[in-house]
Amino acid sequence: MENAFGQPQNVVVLGGSSDIARAITKKLCSARTHTVVLAGRNQELLDAAANEAREYGATKTDTVLFDAQDSGNAARTVEESFDKVGGHVDLVIIAVGLLGEQLDIENSAEEAARMVNVNFTWPAAALAEIRHRLISQGGGRILVISSVAAIRIRRSMYLYGGAKAGLDRMCIGLADSLEGTGVTLQILRPGVVRSKMTAGSSQKEIPFTTGVNEVAENVMRGLSSGELVIWSPPILRYVFFVLRHLPAKLWKFIADR
Amino acid sequence: MTRQTLSGWGRTNPSLATVMNPANETDVAELLASTRGVIARGLGRSYGDPAQVSGGVVVDNRALGGISEISHDGVVSVGAGVSIDELLAMSIPQGWFVPVTPGTRQVTMGGAFAADVHGKNHHVDGSFAAHVRSLRIVTPTGTYDVSPERDADLFWASAGGMGLTGIITSLTLQMMPIETDQVLVDTERFANLEGVMQEMLSRDKDYRYSVAWVDCMTKGAHMGRAILTRGRHARASDLDEPTLKAPASPKLFIPFDAPSGLLNVASVRVFNEVWFRSAPKRQEREPQSLSSFFHPLDGVRDWNRLYGRRGFVQYQFCVDDAHANTVVEAISRLSSSGVASFLAVLKRFGAANPGPLSFPVPGWTLALDLPVGPRALPRVLDDLDSMVLEAGGRIYFAKDARLGPEKVRAMYPRLDEFLAVKHRVDPEGRLTSDLARRLNLEGS
Repeated sequence: MENAFGQPQNVVVLGGSSDIARAITKKLCSARTHTVVLAGRNQELLDAAANEAREYGATKTDTVLFDAQDSGNAARTVEESFDKVGGHVDLVIIAVGLLGEQLDIENSAEEAARMVNVNFTWPAAALAEIRHRLISQGGGRILVISSVAAIRIRRSMYLYGGAKAGLDRMCIGLADSLEGTGVTLQILRPGVVRSKMTAGSSQKEIPFTTGVNEVAENVMRGLSSGELVIWSPPILRYVFFVLRHLPAKLWKFIADR
Repeated sequence: MTRQTLSGWGRTNPSLATVMNPANETDVAELLASTRGVIARGLGRSYGDPAQVSGGVVVDNRALGGISEISHDGVVSVGAGVSIDELLAMSIPQGWFVPVTPGTRQVTMGGAFAADVHGKNHHVDGSFAAHVRSLRIVTPTGTYDVSPERDADLFWASAGGMGLTGIITSLTLQMMPIETDQVLVDTERFANLEGVMQEMLSRDKDYRYSVAWVDCMTKGAHMGRAILTRGRHARASDLDEPTLKAPASPKLFIPFDAPSGLLNVASVRVFNEVWFRSAPKRQEREPQSLSSFFHPLDGVRDWNRLYGRRGFVQYQFCVDDAHANTVVEAISRLSSSGVASFLAVLKRFGAANPGPLSFPVPGWTLALDLPVGPRALPRVLDDLDSMVLEAGGRIYFAKDARLGPEKVRAMYPRLDEFLAVKHRVDPEGRLTSDLARRLNLEGS
């Protein structure tokens, strides 16, 4: 069960080998989390993440393999993850995502579909199953990792930003739909994070770029406060309030410099 | 039958459950025979999650009412859903008071027993269960009348057992005679913690009731300044016009949730300052009504809303006399960490009872109200857990909303005795709660 500070005991992480997910898992395990089920695409990376979770205090870990390109496996992946927890699931983190290099893929129908599948369709399918399962167990939390890229979409990453925007907006409605069910959903909107997902990027480091630990720290605080949207770093709430109201010309000038 | 989101008085970690309102013992027995994941709930005054069960069935005991005549020697039979408030309304005019009352009258008899509540007289009279002659409890394997003489194991496992051994439907209570509805109170202000603890150690035994309110926000020489209030029931001869009137219902209430963060380091500091300065330096034999002495917060309905939507946690621990220093260290850790803490309550505990999960052990107990919000708070309380554990002390389940399971076994070394009794009456583990799941009190 989760405690008064939003510190869960049993956690499922979908996309569990991503750097942000691993940083969050470590923080959770050093607080109260003892059971972690990590689902992802690469067994080796999942095992490494599971070992790390145990180092930080988890007493029971398990892994589930899936590929987020095929939303047909979402329900089964969720089911298997819940079964492996074997009790009340306190928190489900959706950290599934694919950034890609826009310029390489924007003329490929296949790649465009893949971006939307991984960043939006699979998470949406998984959320349907998670929603149903958490409501029937009487409570629980969902944390969906979105991105500030979803708030105002840059020309240079419109596929990623657009897919995340779909997920982000959908989750706001989904969170409303959960009112009174005991289940809550929170959205994490990190800025640019130094991680393996962004390591190959041709973009130069922009202001308010943070490390994964800072993101995890902001998540801990957000889980405790229960706010719908967790920004990381928190100042981006205000930065993006301004950015999303900028005239298009100015935005293009700033965003794609 | 309704689906409801429930939380404790601290309004943290809510969960959804089906709420049932059985009107009698037969209904309760049928429910327990046919359902898994069941826990009883009274007036929801536990601070954390013991009276809720995510996805399960919460049995509201409020329909299990009924108060018998009070016998000439003060014995009364009450339904488990009767509140201390309702009992006092009837008993005070007849010259009887509940032998143990917590800081609120708004708790049910079943809840008071299941949490084995204590009051300002623990150092003299022990906790609630010590005054219960017998009780009737419905378990998944049957309905039993138990007492310290008859199935003492089940009786004592249920005292402080947080409802996990069964659903109490009624109990018989030994009341305490009073001549008036007033308490004669001695009040004294102390500039620091050491002074007040010394005074309590040497002279608490001369008073039936004793409690100190400690300021956890002051540092240095005034760290832990305190106001000590001690009293005894006024006799008829102590007063010019002795009366026996039942407490009035509250007139004040908090109509909406205050913004989270209203109670912060600055505002709590101001409150504590005003409160400390407004207390008399020293005052003797001041008559106070029973309700203003025992239940000052009952004067404001829904006062927990002052803490806002995020809610608050209460932290209460006890340590024996050899580890009195843990109280000092805990207050100094809090006052240096910058987390807001409303006035803390410091008390002496007397002898423990035979209950394996009953909280009080002889020595000191400190209770703190802490608004959720400060980043450092979870960590500070984890550190306090370790300090308490190292001192051989423990945390009170009825107040807790954030402890982890790994420390529980060390704090309650007789947990296995409790689990053995639970397993006997509930072999399939039908009775559980969010607290039991969180602290692994289910015995699986």
